[in-house]
Amino acid sequence: MTTFVSLLVNGISQGAVYALIALGFVIIFKASEVLNFAHGSMLFVGAYLTARLVGPVGFAAAAVIGVVGTALLAVLVERLLFSRVGRGTGLATQGQVAALTIMTLGLDIVIATDLTRRIGSRVLSLDQPWGTGAFSVGGVGLAYNRLIAMGTAAVLILAFFAAFRFTGWGVALRASAEDPEAAALMGIRHWHVSALAWLVAGGLAAVAAVFLTGSPTPGLEPSIRTVAFLAFPAAIIGGLDSTTGALAGGVIVGVAQSLVAGYADHLQFLGGDFGGAVPYVVMLVVLLARPAGLFGTRELARV
Amino acid sequence: MSDTHSTSRARGFCAVRGAGGPRAALTARLPLVSLLVVLVVLVVLPLYLQEFWLRVGFSIFGAVIGAIGLTILVGTTGQLSLGHAFFLAVGAISYCWLASEPSDLGSRHLGGLGLPPLVAMVLAVLISGLAGLLFSPVSARLRGIYLGIASLGLVFVGQHVLNSATPVTGGFNGRRTPHFSLFGFAFDNDDSGFAVLGVPFGRFERLWYLGLVLVVLAAWFAYGVLRSRPGRALRAVRDGEIAAAVTGIDVTGYRARAFLVSSMYAGLAGVLYALSIGSVAPESFTVDVSIQYLAIILLGGLGSIGGAVAGSVFVIGLPLLLEQYSENLPFLSAPGSSGVTSAEAAKYAYGAAVILFVLFQPRGLAGIAYTLVSGRRAAALRRGSDPPPDGGGPPAGRGRAAADGAAFAGTGSVGPAGTVQADLPAGAASGG
Repeated sequence: MTTFVSLLVNGISQGAVYALIALGFVIIFKASEVLNFAHGSMLFVGAYLTARLVGPVGFAAAAVIGVVGTALLAVLVERLLFSRVGRGTGLATQGQVAALTIMTLGLDIVIATDLTRRIGSRVLSLDQPWGTGAFSVGGVGLAYNRLIAMGTAAVLILAFFAAFRFTGWGVALRASAEDPEAAALMGIRHWHVSALAWLVAGGLAAVAAVFLTGSPTPGLEPSIRTVAFLAFPAAIIGGLDSTTGALAGGVIVGVAQSLVAGYADHLQFLGGDFGGAVPYVVMLVVLLARPAGLFGTRELARV
Repeated sequence: MSDTHSTSRARGFCAVRGAGGPRAALTARLPLVSLLVVLVVLVVLPLYLQEFWLRVGFSIFGAVIGAIGLTILVGTTGQLSLGHAFFLAVGAISYCWLASEPSDLGSRHLGGLGLPPLVAMVLAVLISGLAGLLFSPVSARLRGIYLGIASLGLVFVGQHVLNSATPVTGGFNGRRTPHFSLFGFAFDNDDSGFAVLGVPFGRFERLWYLGLVLVVLAAWFAYGVLRSRPGRALRAVRDGEIAAAVTGIDVTGYRARAFLVSSMYAGLAGVLYALSIGSVAPESFTVDVSIQYLAIILLGGLGSIGGAVAGSVFVIGLPLLLEQYSENLPFLSAPGSSGVTSAEAAKYAYGAAVILFVLFQPRGLAGIAYTLVSGRRAAALRRGSDPPPDGGGPPAGRGRAAADGAAFAGTGSVGPAGTVQADLPAGAASGG
């Protein structure tokens, strides 16, 4: 039982970080109708900036610069690349969605290649002040890094939901996602909404990156980019256009992974190292039952 | 509909010939003529090229087939797939398993059926198709980004399954590719001393022709599909799902079939990949392979078969070329040093190319080619003193070209209904 609770707690804490990333996908999807495959690179950029600056300016300042820098990079990407491909009405055709999505893949290749080259075979440390320690309550152990990650994620997610619900930007984003044309006619500037969406998504990715490179992982390696590939299923499981769904999806993925890794001995029949594939297995099962995800809006078409 | 096309095109040719003499006639037939010239050059090339170039060429042939399959799915049907790597893996590994004799390597046992390689190749393609069909409950119901991620799942789950099925796939160590042979003629270096015009024909000379024949067949089939009823149905599904359903197109069915065809193409590409590398391991078929194929078709122009060829030459050929000549290029440095290696330079190049093409040339290389060709045709028409006989309408070929490219890229001038509109003058011309 202790093992189970321990795995559950660890899974939830890891899932909270996935939720931050998945939330970024969802916000960008709502604002721009594309899935940002360059999100893995955004994680990478955030962690790299922090790791590089932690020596000269200390962790707190480095982390802030990392988050702000990544957020600005995301806005730059939106302004320079995405807004230029004409989606005046906000109604992207299937073809444009494919082209834009492939463009994010191109961006991902460029950024990831560059940072991987800079890092080489080293493992950069971000020197998180909470170190690599862990604590345990009644046999349930958790790394401080995971605990702080869970707390920070909870605060950020609550703040995001509040902003989404009550601020002008949140209302504008929801209106714009609901009906771009009507929103534009009501005087909502689409570019404001979408630039802010990318800003928030980039920032959340960088925050997630700071925790992903902490204990129990050794530090920043190029493989951090693959974490984004675990957050895709999280976003899809919850439903790509649902912020609540991103949260639920993140936690489901985190817990599923943690449980599979923890009970690997009993799951030998599934083959070794099943943990990497389990988010996708869960996702495929969910998609079979609910093609729009757990909380996603079902598309209705009346013919 | 295809008859109206050909009739009106024939009319277009006549008009051009009447107006501008033999030169204009040549201009109008430029695509066909240049295709033939390219084919002849490709047939003759092995007599002159070094093995390295033949190796590059064979890799490109394989990629072309895979890219044609993906462009039918993504470009023509508008279904985003990141799962191409999985179907390549299925094709490559099935071929190895079907064509190999069972063997034991140390403690590992590798199964195999020992079938003739041609049978194994055909079966491998069918097995890939079957894998695509099994995925159709998901693939036919989802669209756009949902399908993109779901197919991404296929890569991850598939890799896990393939890595676990050691007797078939060889697990992490992979297994060797059995040599291809056709009715006793081995596509491998042998002692037969087989030579053409004094040039000894070894493994890669022979494989070159195998690849070329398969590419021509694959492109021909895809061209036929896209130019006929299924192709129009797929484009209709892409441009407006509801409108397509209203006109009586079985949207789900066509999506599933597009996925099936695409996965079979990927399977064949996988077989060629296995033959060119000499061994396969599930590890080789990562997401990056899928991304590479998407880059190929985007650079070439989504939905265009010629574009798939051009994109493959760029994306697959460039890294191999840079690697070969890295010592002579001043901006490249050896692996391990701090500079940019050839592999990285190639990645920068195609990543940046993808971004720039989406921004400035969303119709890809095929779009550029269409613009050039249609521009020359228009110029040839203008040179003649007579006004065009179709009542001033654009030549059918041009209208079609614009519709094919622009409807997809959504440059706005033609829009989703462009395919229909552009066909109207052609129909009217043949009717009148």
